[in-house]
Amino acid sequence: MKKVEAIIKPFKLDSVKQGLTALGITGLTVTEVKGFGRQRGHREVYRGAEYQVDFVAKTKIEVVMDDGLVPEAVRVIQEKAATGEIGDGKIFVVPVENAIRIRTGETGKDAI
Amino acid sequence: MNTGDTAFVLTSAALVMLMTPGLALFYGGMVRAKNVLGTIMQSFILLGLISLQWILWGYSMAFGPDNLGIIGGLEWFGLRGVGMEPHAIYGPTIPHQVFMIYQCMFAVITPALITGAFAERMRFGPFLVFSLLWATFVYNPLVHWMWGNGGWLARLGALDFAGGVPVHLSSGVAAVSAAIIMGKRRGYGTEELKPHNLPMTILGAGLLWFGWFGFNAGSALSASSLAGSAFVATHVAGTTGALAWIAMEWKFIGKATTLGAASGAVAGLATVTPASGFVGPLSAALIGLAAGAGCYMGIKMKNRFGYDDSLDVVGIHGVGGVIGLLAVGLFASKSVNPSGADGLFFGNASQLGIQTIAILATIIYVFAGSFVILKIVDKVFGLRVPDHDEVSGLDLTQHDETAYTSQ
Repeated sequence: MKKVEAIIKPFKLDSVKQGLTALGITGLTVTEVKGFGRQRGHREVYRGAEYQVDFVAKTKIEVVMDDGLVPEAVRVIQEKAATGEIGDGKIFVVPVENAIRIRTGETGKDAI
Repeated sequence: MNTGDTAFVLTSAALVMLMTPGLALFYGGMVRAKNVLGTIMQSFILLGLISLQWILWGYSMAFGPDNLGIIGGLEWFGLRGVGMEPHAIYGPTIPHQVFMIYQCMFAVITPALITGAFAERMRFGPFLVFSLLWATFVYNPLVHWMWGNGGWLARLGALDFAGGVPVHLSSGVAAVSAAIIMGKRRGYGTEELKPHNLPMTILGAGLLWFGWFGFNAGSALSASSLAGSAFVATHVAGTTGALAWIAMEWKFIGKATTLGAASGAVAGLATVTPASGFVGPLSAALIGLAAGAGCYMGIKMKNRFGYDDSLDVVGIHGVGGVIGLLAVGLFASKSVNPSGADGLFFGNASQLGIQTIAILATIIYVFAGSFVILKIVDKVFGLRVPDHDEVSGLDLTQHDETAYTSQ
């Protein structure tokens, strides 16, 4: 099992979700996050006081899946989340030791 | 007694009452999420505290029998003798108590305006003590000077239709004292001290604008043509204030902001307040323009000086109060209000001098009075929250609450 974690532009969430569900992914977790990478932040001005906001709003999705699905899932996310502009985000693939469904106690592949 | 006048003034009192919760939202949106309830509370609770003060001794000190033109006596303590019989000077066509409750709403909102200067860092208990003392020893005498029967500014011929002296200039000047004594918020200049909810601020500005019709038109104390012209002047100045402010933003930062539009409207409304019953619509338009541009520049100066008048009480109510009181001396016209006077542009230069005296007297008295009261309360109780409470926020540390939860 692997967890695919992707930081994407918030407005790309819908198309990424559609792409992943089309692959047969049956669940994912979404978090609103802030951070910075190569993309610069932006300026905000309140009554003439200027702030340089370095942390840009992004959306993080986390999906745990069987190893075999990973290459396809990564390809779909990369395709659906891309705008070609700086700040499109990143994808991380990390190993997962186990998964347990709380209600039934099923483990491993059956739990995801 | 006139039923139309009475109905109008009662309605106006209710409109002005709504301005205090409106102000609470206006300010509440501009602070960080951890301080929104503390900020709202500092306005809202004054409806309770100052209304009680007003009926017990505040009204008597402001409007009671004159002593040397400076202060009303305590003869009307607890509203003794303030009944349904009209008062010949304060409102010959409405019950005396109706005038009293209308004025009560002004007494409530004025100390609430000051709270913007020390937002996000004052302890709640000492805040209540400060507000009570300030209402008693600063607001009540000022009202007597300006509107009390025998008040010295009124006898001098100073004109203030709806509250340039006791409400706007006085809260703006008190804000200077407060910003100096309280010091800057933690993180001022290094952290992002940004508004957390501007839609809340815009809603508050809308409620303020709505209530301002009661504030200014209601000050005619009659359902009359004077109320009508004050209503028009008020609205016009609010609109041009908003437009002037965003024009300044466009020039200096390249974008018009919603906070700027709301701030400009409030600046225009505050500035026209003393003039609203003495000027025509075009004069009001110019006053609003001067307000939007002048108050914007006032806040730019603050950013340069670096004192932390957090929500710009000085820049809006202080600067606006000065511009508005001077504007009476320039734009007042007897053709609008025969019981007023003509200003400089209508052939009478002396009114401008009288208005200047009123401004200077207000600045000196309010600055000194507020400074002394704040110093005393600070020495006895301690005004400022401890550092760790300021980090945690007023909501949690002063009230055991949070405004926003995740479920």
